[in-house]
Amino acid sequence: MSVLSVEKLAVSYGAIPAVEDISLVVPEGGLVTVIGPNGAGKSTLLNAIMGVLPSRGAIRFLDRDLGGMPVEARVHLGIALVPEKRELFATLSVADNLLLGGFRFGRRHAGDELDRVYGLFPRLRERHRQPAGTLSGGERQMLAMGRALMGKPRLLMLDEPSLGLAPLIVRDIFRIIADLRATGVAILLVEQNARAALRVADRGYVLETGRVTLEGEAKTLAADPRIVEMYLGVASG
Amino acid sequence: MDSTIAAILVQDGIVNGAIYALLALSLVLVFAVTRVVFVPQGEFVAYGALTYAALDTGTLPGSLWLLAGLGAAAFLAGLAQRRPIFGLALSSLVLPAAIIATSWLLVPSKPGILANALLSLAIVTPIAPYIYRIGFQPLAEASVLVLLIAAVAVHLALMGLGLVFFGPEGSRASAFSAASVSVGDFSLSGQALWILGLTGALMIGLYGFFGFTLLGRALRATAVNRLGARLVGIGTAQSGSIAFTLAGAIGALSGILVVPLTTVYYDSGFVIGLKGFTAAIIAGMASYPGAVLAAVLVGVLESFSSFWASAFKEVIVFTAIIPVLLWRSLRHAAIEDDDE
Ligand SMILES: Nc1ncnc2c1ncn2[C@@H]1O[C@H](COP(=O)(O)OP(=O)(O)O)[C@@H](O)[C@H]1O
Ligand SMILES: [Mg+2]
Repeated sequence: MSVLSVEKLAVSYGAIPAVEDISLVVPEGGLVTVIGPNGAGKSTLLNAIMGVLPSRGAIRFLDRDLGGMPVEARVHLGIALVPEKRELFATLSVADNLLLGGFRFGRRHAGDELDRVYGLFPRLRERHRQPAGTLSGGERQMLAMGRALMGKPRLLMLDEPSLGLAPLIVRDIFRIIADLRATGVAILLVEQNARAALRVADRGYVLETGRVTLEGEAKTLAADPRIVEMYLGVASG
Repeated sequence: MDSTIAAILVQDGIVNGAIYALLALSLVLVFAVTRVVFVPQGEFVAYGALTYAALDTGTLPGSLWLLAGLGAAAFLAGLAQRRPIFGLALSSLVLPAAIIATSWLLVPSKPGILANALLSLAIVTPIAPYIYRIGFQPLAEASVLVLLIAAVAVHLALMGLGLVFFGPEGSRASAFSAASVSVGDFSLSGQALWILGLTGALMIGLYGFFGFTLLGRALRATAVNRLGARLVGIGTAQSGSIAFTLAGAIGALSGILVVPLTTVYYDSGFVIGLKGFTAAIIAGMASYPGAVLAAVLVGVLESFSSFWASAFKEVIVFTAIIPVLLWRSLRHAAIEDDDE
């Protein structure tokens, strides 16, 4: 059974279509990436799956049709999105942001989960009293991921987690993504950093101007001449 | 003016200011969480006051039937929004029925101040989440201006309903306690002590709720980042409903506290609410401690101006808002210039 299956998804902003006819599958425990240039419709796709944007077509989560379901109901089913803009609670402390990540369980599970997230991101433990708005870019990304993990999602969607981060931190983030998939959560990773994304993923989709133009095993895609030329640069090996 | 008169005026001002502070707090809360400027706040003060005054004389208050009617309307609105029917029926049909039954059994025996106050709270408070569900939840994504227009409409409707269910004559209740405390020449009435004590306790309670409970944090989170809140599973409708419930309870409690001090009519709430609103505006609709401080200032300003120029007392209080708004807009413009 697949965790997520999307069929013929289409989203438009007013009359202008942003993504059209997208079908994709995320298998249980799988790590699937969607790569593509700026403006291809990657964020639009994730926002539609989360219910932030209305869409046409079918979205199924664990064989359940999500049609028309509001965002918070999808969260309660076990879907989490780390959005491109992070959307943290800037004036609340790091610890409060994390606690709220577990809102769907009420108070009961917070202790264990909090320890697990602090284990993944020791920086957050050091800064747990600080308001989220005062964190650096990398720490914000860690907090956004940590907050999503506090809800123990079955499907974790990450929208460009490496955006605007220094190379060393990007390496950390991708290492953590690889660690996370080992815990069994299914991951849908959207990236412009195609090289790093294809290295950790099992499968990949290439999105260009709102349509899927290529899909396949991550290894195959990474070796595909079109991808090498467009996204990985000539010098890559 | 000698120092005794000044002391009395300050005391009056602080007692009234405490009430305005409660109202200002709930206005800031509702605005932060839902972006609704809660114009009908004053109606909850009037409903609370008139309900308590009726119970005080051992009669069933008209607000009971209002509660039942608005509950039924909220039930229908909830059906249209496809909410789960069981919870819906419980919160909007069974709850009013239970409150009406309790009142009917209890009221003729005049159960005392505490029971009357609790009963008044129970009767008036649920009206707030009902009107949220009927009037504001369908508009959750609308602009602040549209929400403001809806709030004015709800205010006018509730005031009209107040006239229908309570009648045009005013009411006053007996004081919670006839005792008074005196220190030297200075004496403080029992009612004033009740007001200050309960206001203080409520503020501490709110501080604890927002600082230390998951639900309180969820409301703050909604105020800071609506999308972020939805992404962790906090429903906009849920937090809106909680914010309205708190505002309804605070309004009703304020009414219960004032009605032993002054005669309240079905339309008296508006001006009281407007003073809380003045304080909330001075605090920029954003800061809780700022709103409390501003409310006490408004109260003191009011009591001094009623001594010196009582005909102009409302004019003076509401005019005080103008320099503050000017100062705010100038400062705001300066900040925007800095950004460019
Ligand atoms: N709120 C919006 N209103 C109108 N058009 C939008 C909006 N958000 C995105 N778009 C357009 O939709 C397309 C896809 O955008 P997006 O999903 O953000 O791409 P990506 O995440 O791949 O960079 C772009 O052409 C963008 O200009
Ligand atoms: Mg994007």
